[in-house]
Amino acid sequence: MATATTHGARAHARAQEGTRAEAMPVVPATDWPAPPCAAGHLVWAETVAGGNYTHRVLARGTELRLTDLRGDACAHLLLFVADRPWERLNVADTVKVQWNAYLGEGRLLLSDQGRVLASVIADTSGRHDTLCGTSTLVRNTDRYGDGTPQGPSPAGRELLQLAAAKNGLEPRDLPPSLSFFQGVAVRDDGSLDFTGSSGPGGSVTLRAEQDLTVLIANVPHPADPRPEYVSTPLEVLAWRAVATAPGDPLWEATPEGRRAFLNTVDFLAARGLA
Amino acid sequence: MTNVKTETVAARAAWSSVVRTGETLTITDLHGNQAVDFLLYDAHDTSVRYSAPDTIHAQGGIFLTTGSVLLSNEHTPLMTVTADDVGRHDTVGGACSKESNTLRYGHHTWSQHACVDNFLAEGARYGLGKRDLVSNINWYMNVPVERDGTLGIVDGLSAPGLSVALRAERDVLVLVSNCPQINNPCNGFEPTAVQMTISRAAGA
Repeated sequence: MATATTHGARAHARAQEGTRAEAMPVVPATDWPAPPCAAGHLVWAETVAGGNYTHRVLARGTELRLTDLRGDACAHLLLFVADRPWERLNVADTVKVQWNAYLGEGRLLLSDQGRVLASVIADTSGRHDTLCGTSTLVRNTDRYGDGTPQGPSPAGRELLQLAAAKNGLEPRDLPPSLSFFQGVAVRDDGSLDFTGSSGPGGSVTLRAEQDLTVLIANVPHPADPRPEYVSTPLEVLAWRAVATAPGDPLWEATPEGRRAFLNTVDFLAARGLA
Repeated sequence: MTNVKTETVAARAAWSSVVRTGETLTITDLHGNQAVDFLLYDAHDTSVRYSAPDTIHAQGGIFLTTGSVLLSNEHTPLMTVTADDVGRHDTVGGACSKESNTLRYGHHTWSQHACVDNFLAEGARYGLGKRDLVSNINWYMNVPVERDGTLGIVDGLSAPGLSVALRAERDVLVLVSNCPQINNPCNGFEPTAVQMTISRAAGA
């Protein structure tokens, strides 16, 4: 198609509509071919390429399922309260308050304000990490020869900074992240044991307990020992549901969690949001 | 070594200082079993700050001791542990706050002192705000992780007079909250004073 004229260039550009790529958002999300919920409830349907990132604002009560399609995804996650981003994920409080360093079904992702940001309501992977954070430009340049966002081996922090910027946030706003699908365990002497992936198809489902800004970078775990940069697609699906309420087993699972939910609803009620 | 300054930080108090490249900061647990919450920043660019995950990943473990390099979020060295009488310091538990205390112990703890308030007040003197606070080091605090991931603050390993020494690899700003927590064994349930000494090699 001739692109030497404005009309030709326009026709060429428009002819691309309908192209399918392996990694892309489906818009509207309700067009996703195999929804895990009532099809009309889907609000986010995307496949994130290895070495790429995504971000979305999700309403309280939304469920978010991340799936490691081929076994080499690693979802590095940051959460912020959507309209007050100074309240954000606190990994230290998350592990300390719940008396456990590992993530899995029933675990709460806590903010730095004694409230719940999200609940982990399902987990078929069991390989996650709260300790090592994500990769950096310096580290990826050293390991793979390049860590820039547009290069062949982007660093997670570089991508999270871009996702943050698109939500009006700066590098200072980024606390330590956590990651799903590449596991790290602690040995008795405090040293780390990289346990890697559980294999293709592992999934984790989170439930938003407040309106959230979600940032995700899909990049290799910093402790991945392989010399090559291996990062495969991550599926992201989200659908409308309801936030955890009194009577839900998760609400009463632990005294610390119960107080975190009480703090959350108390705060939202005062704002007229719950 | 030439002494640059020695200051005693009262129980529950905050403290801060710039430590110049090559200088050594020695933290002495005067009475034993006192947790010292600690954050550090590049003194010339505070967006470059201590990163617990980078430090943990780079050294391959969660406990700090002699030889541990405290890395920034840019994966660059800020300070190195050059001497340690205790052998284990915490990188995982972060700071206590009035908010997290309500989860950990109950809402009756809300009016108690907490480290995040110390960090906010001391950091404000340098233009640092809430978003500049990240997972911190807890010198002397003992946080083991069991095989199933169970983790908790347990009785400390420190004793009166024990110390840890840190060499600055660049000019750093250090913020300290001498932990006021009274609901767990990090302070033996009774906060006490610590001493901060900055020194430099003679002639340096």
